[in-house]
Amino acid sequence: MLKSAEMMKTLALCTALVAVPGAVLAQESAAPSRDGGYGLGRTALPEEIAAWDIDIRPDGQGLPVGSGDVWTGEELFIEQCSACHGDFGEAVGRWPMLAGGFGTLEGEDPVKTIGSYWPYLSTVWDYVHRAMPYGAAQTLEDDEVYALVAYLMYVNNMVEDDFVLSNENFLEIAMPNEEAFFMDDRVETEFPLFTVEPCMENCAESVEITMRSMVLDVTPDTEEAAEPAPEEAAVEEAPAEPAADAEPAEAAPDPELVAAGERLFRQCSACHQIGDGAVNRTGPLLNGIHDAPVASREGFRYSPALAGAGDSGMVWDDETLAGYLADPRGFIRGNRMAFAGLRSQEDIEAMIAYLRAASTE
Amino acid sequence: MTDTPNFTPSRRQFLAGAAVATGAAATGKLVHAQAMPDPAITEMQPWQQYLGAGVDAAPYGVPSQFEAHVIRRNVEWLTADAVSSINFTPLHELEGIITPNGLCFERHHSGVAEIDPGQHRLMINGLVDTPLVFTMEDILRFPRENRTYFLECAANSGMEWRGAQLNGVQFTHGMIHNVVYTGVPLRLLLQEAGLHGDAAWILPEGADAAAMTRSVPLEKAMDDCLVAFAMNGERLRPEQGYPIRLVVPGWEGNMWVKWLRRIEVGDQPWHHREETSKYTDLLEHGEARRFTWEMDAKSVITNPSPQAPITHGPGPTVLSGVAWSGRGTIPRVDVTIDGGITWHQARMSGPSFDKSMHRFYHEFDWDGGPLLLQSRAHDSTGYVQPTKDQLRAVRGENSIYHNNGIQTWAVNEGGEAENVEIG
Ligand code: HEC
Ligand code: HEC
Repeated sequence: MLKSAEMMKTLALCTALVAVPGAVLAQESAAPSRDGGYGLGRTALPEEIAAWDIDIRPDGQGLPVGSGDVWTGEELFIEQCSACHGDFGEAVGRWPMLAGGFGTLEGEDPVKTIGSYWPYLSTVWDYVHRAMPYGAAQTLEDDEVYALVAYLMYVNNMVEDDFVLSNENFLEIAMPNEEAFFMDDRVETEFPLFTVEPCMENCAESVEITMRSMVLDVTPDTEEAAEPAPEEAAVEEAPAEPAADAEPAEAAPDPELVAAGERLFRQCSACHQIGDGAVNRTGPLLNGIHDAPVASREGFRYSPALAGAGDSGMVWDDETLAGYLADPRGFIRGNRMAFAGLRSQEDIEAMIAYLRAASTE
Repeated sequence: MTDTPNFTPSRRQFLAGAAVATGAAATGKLVHAQAMPDPAITEMQPWQQYLGAGVDAAPYGVPSQFEAHVIRRNVEWLTADAVSSINFTPLHELEGIITPNGLCFERHHSGVAEIDPGQHRLMINGLVDTPLVFTMEDILRFPRENRTYFLECAANSGMEWRGAQLNGVQFTHGMIHNVVYTGVPLRLLLQEAGLHGDAAWILPEGADAAAMTRSVPLEKAMDDCLVAFAMNGERLRPEQGYPIRLVVPGWEGNMWVKWLRRIEVGDQPWHHREETSKYTDLLEHGEARRFTWEMDAKSVITNPSPQAPITHGPGPTVLSGVAWSGRGTIPRVDVTIDGGITWHQARMSGPSFDKSMHRFYHEFDWDGGPLLLQSRAHDSTGYVQPTKDQLRAVRGENSIYHNNGIQTWAVNEGGEAENVEIG
């Protein structure tokens, strides 16, 4: 771990460099300190500190009593994390990868994961507990966090499947890449190179272009970007359509499509439940959602935006579901579903087939 | 968008225009001969005759409808969703040194927290004599200071480590803004709680769903950090941390914790996610620098640039740009229009504040030939902005963060600019 004395030394060095007399423009005179303070604010109560002070340090400071095993962690992970991070932390789409990447840091395409890169296990505990699952932060119990961290160690080949992580063995664990980190040394390694008076005239015989960004063509088109695409506009008008139109030619669901939709439901299961015994969680339960009015699940606290759409008579038919699942935030502005949207038209069709099948069961 | 004429020509339109201008210039010194009277003068315009909107048409004013293209933009393929994502400041549309509040780039990790200031609290706990809770009202009773600072994301220009990628200064350099902050020196709040002798670090924490945390050495906290509640004269925008954010002058933007709700004082750093998994600089051979807080001196030409081509043809041309350093002021910027064979000292314009953006200009007569534009900042410590190849020689190509290398724009005969690398 970094010693604070060492760190202060480096800081002092940086400060010394800045302190060239007259070079730094003082913006104004400093606001005055007052002996004994200003007497503002009030003493924080122990309960208040306990409610907010959730940070964990590599030396174990802040770590609560508790434990969890790899198997429990796997179950939790599949339920609450795999929609974005994949069953084994391999990542779905562009969501972060949490496992693997060993031996890639020196190569052309480094993959930085908990196993390949992170220097301290305490960081995993602290971060999962403070910020995950994404969109439902700080909903995990301490033992659940221990179990999830144990599972993340397991998928990163750090432990066997019978491993149990607890506050007691936590400090015994060293991360494989801890030694690779070192304190900022730009002052020693780069300043000597980058403080040389540069050439001003006849600095080269000739220069050539060696690389062009136009070849890659990955820049968003800024001329049209501000105008909504016509398809999007069409989708936004769809909610006005009455649901009854879709009824007549109701074909039997294609079992393959339904099965594909069921597999895709992984992406929703971090927040939604469906089927026997389903209950409201981060998102409302989705039994019977097809053809149901928007925001009509008993006991779920909808956002004003979704509740408003429901009040205006909007119904979840093929069209509205397609629009919402393609772009949840764009379709109903201000609604709270923290989900990026299904990528392809096939996925959307499969998902709707599955939701519809589950609604008629 | 509006159907009203836009003064920023599309690439296609302006190519035609440039050809005409070149013809005119070839006939002699003056391009001013006008065959037909200009209808903008001879014809009555609606705004000359009819009454305009009254005083309250826009109780909170907005820019002219003809400036509707001046907006933040994102690059969708960069992130999985728009909630943990980033957009970019349109540097090529800005003048002077101050970024208007509505154009300051945004980076959120769990979206924008919408906080009722009446419900907001700031707690200070840890190695202090008295752990304290402040309301917004308490904070506004401390002495305040006004200071102008740039905030640059450490990942600014991060997509360019391996070569020229994004074709626009907004995307290559737009993770920066420069704002006048009004805030309480953090020193005063920490002194109010009383620091223990072994206090050496603080951990600021956000109130959003990411509960953002970073370890900051106490020396910096006691030096020039502010707990800011206003930017450019008005309260912070929600996307910039309303009601309060931490200001950590000259240091990477991620440390400027928004929606600040708590500061813990400790004797060691916390090594949290944003200072281990992220914001560490992977070098060659698999080693990584940590705690690379300061932003090195950097500059970029904003005009001309790919989104702001030369549309007027040969003749007097204004080259404009911005420069900044996390370690001081920018007394000097060099520019070249021939790819670095000959350099000229640019003209600095506007106020020069410590750890703030600086504006520079270089006026020249464009001969209509191709140009290779570069700028090179010198800061008050004697540091000279390196080339991208100099940086790669020290750090390799895997760093992502802290790319302050010299930017090159290639301008062709038509005045169009492109992001390129030269050698
Ligand atoms: C809805 C999608 C989603 C779900 C569900 C989700 N995460 Fe995440 N996770 C993210 C995003 C997005 C980030 C990056 C956030 C940011 O940019 O700050 C992330 C980051 C992480 C990281 C840090 C990755 C890194 O390399 O820095 C870990 C560890 C993590 N998540 C664990 C979990 C765990 C454990 C769960 C289940 C309890 C979970 N996540 C559920 C979307 C998700
Ligand atoms: C990160 C959590 C999350 C994920 C992942 C997620 N949802 Fe949601 N979903 C929500 C929340 C929260 C709401 C309620 C939104 C509101 O109140 O504004 C919601 C609402 C809905 C609704 C409207 C329900 C109603 O009663 O009106 C549907 C339909 C829906 N989600 C389907 C899906 C499907 C299908 C997926 C997967 C492809 C999915 N969601 C993924 C959180 C999530």
